[in-house]
Amino acid sequence: MPITTAYKTEIQRVSILDEHGNFDEKLGKDLIPDADLVRLYEAMVTCRVLDEIAFKLQRSGRMGTYPQNMGQEAPSLGASYVLNKDDWIVTCYRENCGLFWRGVPMESILLHWMGDERGNAMPREHFATPIAVPIGTQMLHATGLAWASKYRGEKRISCTFFGDGASSEGDFHEACNFAANLEIPVVFVCQNNFWAISSPGKVNCSAPTLAQRALAYGMPTIQVDGNDLFAVVKVMRDAAAWTREHGKPHFVEAVTYRLGDHTTADDARRYRDQAEVELWKTRDPITRIYDYMKSRKLWDDSKEATTRERAAVNANAAVATAEGIAEPHRQDYFNAMYAELPADLATQLATHNTHSLGQTEEAAHVATEALAKAHASHH
Amino acid sequence: MATLNLVQAINLALIQEMEKDDRVLLMGEDIGLNGGVFRVTEGLQARFGKERVVDTPLAESGIIGTAIGLAMAGLRPIPEIQFEGFLGPAYDQICSHAARMRSRTRGAFTVPLTIRVPVGGGIHAPELHSDSPEAIYAHTPGLKVVMPSSPYDAKGLLISAIRDPDPVIYFEPKRIYRAFREEVPEDEYTLPIGKARTVSEGNELTIVSWGASVVQCMQAIENSGRDIELIDLRTIYPFDIDAVEASVSKTGRCVVVHEAPLTCGFGAEISARIMERCFLHLEAPVQRVAGFDTTMPYYKLELDYLPDAARVGRAIEDCLAY
Repeated sequence: MPITTAYKTEIQRVSILDEHGNFDEKLGKDLIPDADLVRLYEAMVTCRVLDEIAFKLQRSGRMGTYPQNMGQEAPSLGASYVLNKDDWIVTCYRENCGLFWRGVPMESILLHWMGDERGNAMPREHFATPIAVPIGTQMLHATGLAWASKYRGEKRISCTFFGDGASSEGDFHEACNFAANLEIPVVFVCQNNFWAISSPGKVNCSAPTLAQRALAYGMPTIQVDGNDLFAVVKVMRDAAAWTREHGKPHFVEAVTYRLGDHTTADDARRYRDQAEVELWKTRDPITRIYDYMKSRKLWDDSKEATTRERAAVNANAAVATAEGIAEPHRQDYFNAMYAELPADLATQLATHNTHSLGQTEEAAHVATEALAKAHASHH
Repeated sequence: MATLNLVQAINLALIQEMEKDDRVLLMGEDIGLNGGVFRVTEGLQARFGKERVVDTPLAESGIIGTAIGLAMAGLRPIPEIQFEGFLGPAYDQICSHAARMRSRTRGAFTVPLTIRVPVGGGIHAPELHSDSPEAIYAHTPGLKVVMPSSPYDAKGLLISAIRDPDPVIYFEPKRIYRAFREEVPEDEYTLPIGKARTVSEGNELTIVSWGASVVQCMQAIENSGRDIELIDLRTIYPFDIDAVEASVSKTGRCVVVHEAPLTCGFGAEISARIMERCFLHLEAPVQRVAGFDTTMPYYKLELDYLPDAARVGRAIEDCLAY
């Protein structure tokens, strides 16, 4: 028997509530209590409303470039819902909904995109790291954070988010490899939204699923309908529990879709068909829950109106807070460089308006006098 | 007091800090059972266990990226990058994250991390094992860059680096890892980051250098028979401009010596600062003795590339004769 099977597996995909309203009673029953579902729904609506406001703020010049989260509310929210409050959540920039559920103030995210570092000053109690802009790099930080938990004998795990494009980055593979080989408890959540700016899936991955990339690292992996909050909650709950119990990583591919442009600086009409976008609008995670709640008589027009109104009030309050923050000071960016401001940097700060960079007041004075003397002798 | 070489001094500093502070852990390629390719971590895994001296996968970005996470969680990781030529894959994590974390979070997150890196040429190593990239990291705000030139300094500076609340790149000049021994106190001591050391005092000319080049400079001074002051910078960033200013204001002449390429080498910064601070004291233009703006040659020609006592001697003569 010269040829045998060295390894064989399959990738499971979990769906509980599909876009047609079909609900898998076996998997979905008692998964999310009704009262929680109402709250989760409101969280998604609020995130969406804020997203729309943020888009308009950018268009009217009140905010810089902003990456819309529209359509991708469910994966991070489902994760935040099932994780412990002191598990690390390590995100890139399409996880607003999960961060808000964790307690990160909405104005923090707005401030980040309004060009203000104070938006990244995440209070430690949220166990959330600031938005990571380079692609995939945060996966290693998540691994290090969970490694620290393991080192200290704590049960805290990390959950990190990244996109399909990130699965091309070296750091993706290094993070998976470190976590698997050193046995570090991380849940890696790939939000496969089909587009890395203008690159379609095929540019970044030739395998039928992104989930199977994890097989190469010997870690359990699963695919989930990322627009199905029920399925996300189930998969994330199972993955987090497995990770916590075994002290090893688990991979989740959440299949979702970026309904908006990559950022406000992008125009997706240049590279993708509107028909595709229209199709995915029918799979919207928010309308799916709305229809489900209505069919179960949990929801009506009056509740919907109240929820939308409250979301608008909260989102606008966050905008007001973000826009109302005191102007940052010059010394803020100097003082934040090191625990203690190096003397030379202090000189640069002190002489910012008065003299050439790097010169002390005294040296500048000597130089000015010398220059005056030189001029005098010249004439 | 023990007489130690630079490798032993670093090993001792690591032991003492690990004994004192259980937040300190070592991580890197081949650092455990093998004790590191230069044996700097010899015996430490046996002493402290595999949880605190961790053999990592062979991936530099992974080493630094996970070390950043460990540091953000409040630990004091000391990753080793096996040779400076392998810093490249870790550049993104060092410069895009470690260096910026405090600033971009306005202090909410910090990265107290010490990255140990053997640096420089002169040991007949293969390619990408002999470079001197310190200026790249000195040019990256948020980092501190340290390079000792003696066993005594190595221990005191490393302990300071480990205790520093910000990321420090601790370059170890591999050419002098075992070149000489000196007395190194058993007791712990620290040397301040950002303070230079006056190796020898003199009135005719100042030499500013760091790392393995300091040894070449000492030889050049001895050969010259002149009254020369030698300043070992010890820290590349933040660097001790006051010490340089005081010396050059006294001597009026300065030669800067480093292994790194000339253009945009840290000598350029020192030279500019001397212009700003000591212009009226200068008797001659600042001279630089540096590596050339070439790729570091393979070892057959590495001594041709590296500043040696003869080249430093010629610069001394030129500067004094100006």
